[in-house]
Amino acid sequence: MRTFPGGVHPFEGKSYTEKKKIEILPRPKLVSIPLQQHIGASTKPLVEKGQEVKAGEKLAEAEGYVSVPVHASISGKIKGIEEIDHPVAGRGTAVLIEAGETEEWVDTIKLDEKYLDLPVDEMRERIKEAGLAGLGGATFPTHVKLSPPSDKKIDVALLNGVECEPYLTADHRLMLENPKAIIKGFRIIMKILGVQRGIIGIESNKKDAVEIIKKQISEENGMEVVVLPVKYPQGAEKQLIKAILNREVPSGGLPMDIGALVQNVGTAKAVYDAVYSCKPLTERIVTVTGPGIKNPKNLLVPIGTHFQDIIDFCGGLTENSAKVIMGGPMMGIAQPHLNVPVIKGTSGILVLDEKRAHLAAEQPCINCGRCVFVCPSHLLPTSLQRLVYHERFEEAEQFHIMDCIECGSCSYICPANRYLVQSIRHGKRQLLLQRKKAG
Amino acid sequence: MTDAPQKLYISSSSPHIRDKDSIPKIMWTVNIALLPALLMAYYFFGPKALWITLLAVLAAVVTEAVIHKLAKKPLRIQDGSAVITGILLSFNLPASAPWWMPVVGSVFAIAIVKELFGGLGNNILNPALAARAFLLASWPVEMTASWVAPREGTVSGINGITSATPLNLLKQSAKIITNPENFEPSQVQAAQNAIANLSSSYTNLLIGNVGGCIGETSVIALLIGSLIMFYRHAISWHIPFTYVGTVAVFSWIFGGSEGFFTGNWIFHILSGGLILGAFYMATDMVSSPVGHRGQVIFGIGCGILTVTIRIWGGYPEGVSYAIILMNLAVPLIDRYTVPSVFGEVKNK
Repeated sequence: MRTFPGGVHPFEGKSYTEKKKIEILPRPKLVSIPLQQHIGASTKPLVEKGQEVKAGEKLAEAEGYVSVPVHASISGKIKGIEEIDHPVAGRGTAVLIEAGETEEWVDTIKLDEKYLDLPVDEMRERIKEAGLAGLGGATFPTHVKLSPPSDKKIDVALLNGVECEPYLTADHRLMLENPKAIIKGFRIIMKILGVQRGIIGIESNKKDAVEIIKKQISEENGMEVVVLPVKYPQGAEKQLIKAILNREVPSGGLPMDIGALVQNVGTAKAVYDAVYSCKPLTERIVTVTGPGIKNPKNLLVPIGTHFQDIIDFCGGLTENSAKVIMGGPMMGIAQPHLNVPVIKGTSGILVLDEKRAHLAAEQPCINCGRCVFVCPSHLLPTSLQRLVYHERFEEAEQFHIMDCIECGSCSYICPANRYLVQSIRHGKRQLLLQRKKAG
Repeated sequence: MTDAPQKLYISSSSPHIRDKDSIPKIMWTVNIALLPALLMAYYFFGPKALWITLLAVLAAVVTEAVIHKLAKKPLRIQDGSAVITGILLSFNLPASAPWWMPVVGSVFAIAIVKELFGGLGNNILNPALAARAFLLASWPVEMTASWVAPREGTVSGINGITSATPLNLLKQSAKIITNPENFEPSQVQAAQNAIANLSSSYTNLLIGNVGGCIGETSVIALLIGSLIMFYRHAISWHIPFTYVGTVAVFSWIFGGSEGFFTGNWIFHILSGGLILGAFYMATDMVSSPVGHRGQVIFGIGCGILTVTIRIWGGYPEGVSYAIILMNLAVPLIDRYTVPSVFGEVKNK
């Protein structure tokens, strides 16, 4: 089977939820919808405190090209526009909506059976207006990614159904339960890019999804499924391209430089919703899982729902729960409390117990070379850490610290429990700050 | 939302999970892997072999504990790395060594070679090998003069030849054969016979029924131990295989007294401390290159130096000096084997 060089095999942890059907979370009483949920420029609020809004109504307008609007995920009254704790940014402004008596949707939602005949620009416009950002977790505005400059010839589109993060099963369940929407969305993506070839990458631990997607594409032209061996971080964009196409994205470059483009299966489904029915992105699938959750589930939740409400619906936390992570255990972000909202990039809520929550103290590096062996970017994590510890950031840059994709494989494998990727992350931040200062 | 949160959960930077392997697990794996060879040493050389090993281990662990205590560092003798140093040092001593020798060697290995350079992970040389070099330079007679014959065998591993270890025999014989005019005809004849009979010692060399340092003689026991290390990923093939392979090729090309390509490479692989050195000492993670390409270069370098010392050098055996010299070259090797970053090749 095809794969990429490097990588690790962490405990998969998918059995908590892989067999559980996606359930719909009952409408929460309050949602907090951050103005910024994507990479790029923020958004400008269009609503005021006290105003009534319908579900799907635009709450804030994109500011600039690399930005997407945000929409009301429930109908109700604007409780305020306040500074709240943000699961990624730490703090951020959000629109708070108190649920009204009944659920009311905006009337802009319409089914467009001839959606595939739409001009490409109209498709992109609908995607942007729906507020789409990559649902795999990186949350880069989708319409921007689907607008490569004319000098970049893209010949193949990849669909990412790898879901290599341990514990997460949201993409897996979506592939099982709604393959039609995913493939229709992928067709739209291929149409926008003008490519004839589309490949869906799925890891071999999701055999059922492979079968269902294969069946779904049996009558589609130019689509194929590639089964990949289980290895983290295969779902990282550059690693997926390497695994499927054996092409390497140039250091510092983008996939379009080598004629490829990757979208996540969840994003493809949202693309279909946006183009076919003009439905904005107001909900997403979240895997609520881990040894710290009483009843792990895959849930469809409105954007802006507080973690607390979701966890309550899953039976609450176990006695020994100790760490709450937004995302997976390898790249997810630890949350100090449950008063944070689900955002567009929230693929999971993972709760670890006391035993798994603590990281051991750093021991001396014994030069075993495992971090070097597993690094998918072919870096020297242990050397980079040493340079960062001594604040020799320029030298670290010469050793390609900026090429680190922060997958965490080095820290995971290190027998000395060294905080390798954590140090590298710090080094990258320092270099970016220096660049900013230098203008 | 604005209410004060009731409970704060643990926060840390990702990744939030770790592989289960740890430094103590790696080190104790190596210690367990050394046990078969220790048992064989006990069988062939008697309880003295065990006493020397025990003394070396005790001295190493106590030295490390005292230094950590004095330096007010957290005590980390339990990680098993000082135990490895003790066992490996004793494995590099003759069974006839006086009791203070493993003690002095271990103190030197831990205090000077390891802790003075910063402790675990920071030593430039393999502590056990550097200590052996120190002992050899300081007490050459005790280190090399009197080899204990193994139970039910001879020092040379060949019937009737009792004077020298296998490599010593090879060295002396080669010297006689290449300069026959300086020796009696009977001596030349004996040397030729010895060379011709080398293959009769293969079985003895394999099981360790020959003279030599405590832990180096039993090739079989050392290889069985290495399987444990391979299984537990404590070593990779890169260093030991390239090291042994290079010794085979080079000793075959240059090791014969009848010209190129006549050397007895099987004898070179089986005798001396090559297997101990290649699988247990050259593979010391701290003092070997970090990347696989560097490890291959390191292994080849060790092999070339070992054969060079064995054939043209002053000593019959060259494993320990070869590894020490290559230890010194590790920073250089690491510098020139930096992997090209993902996506770099096509960018140029």
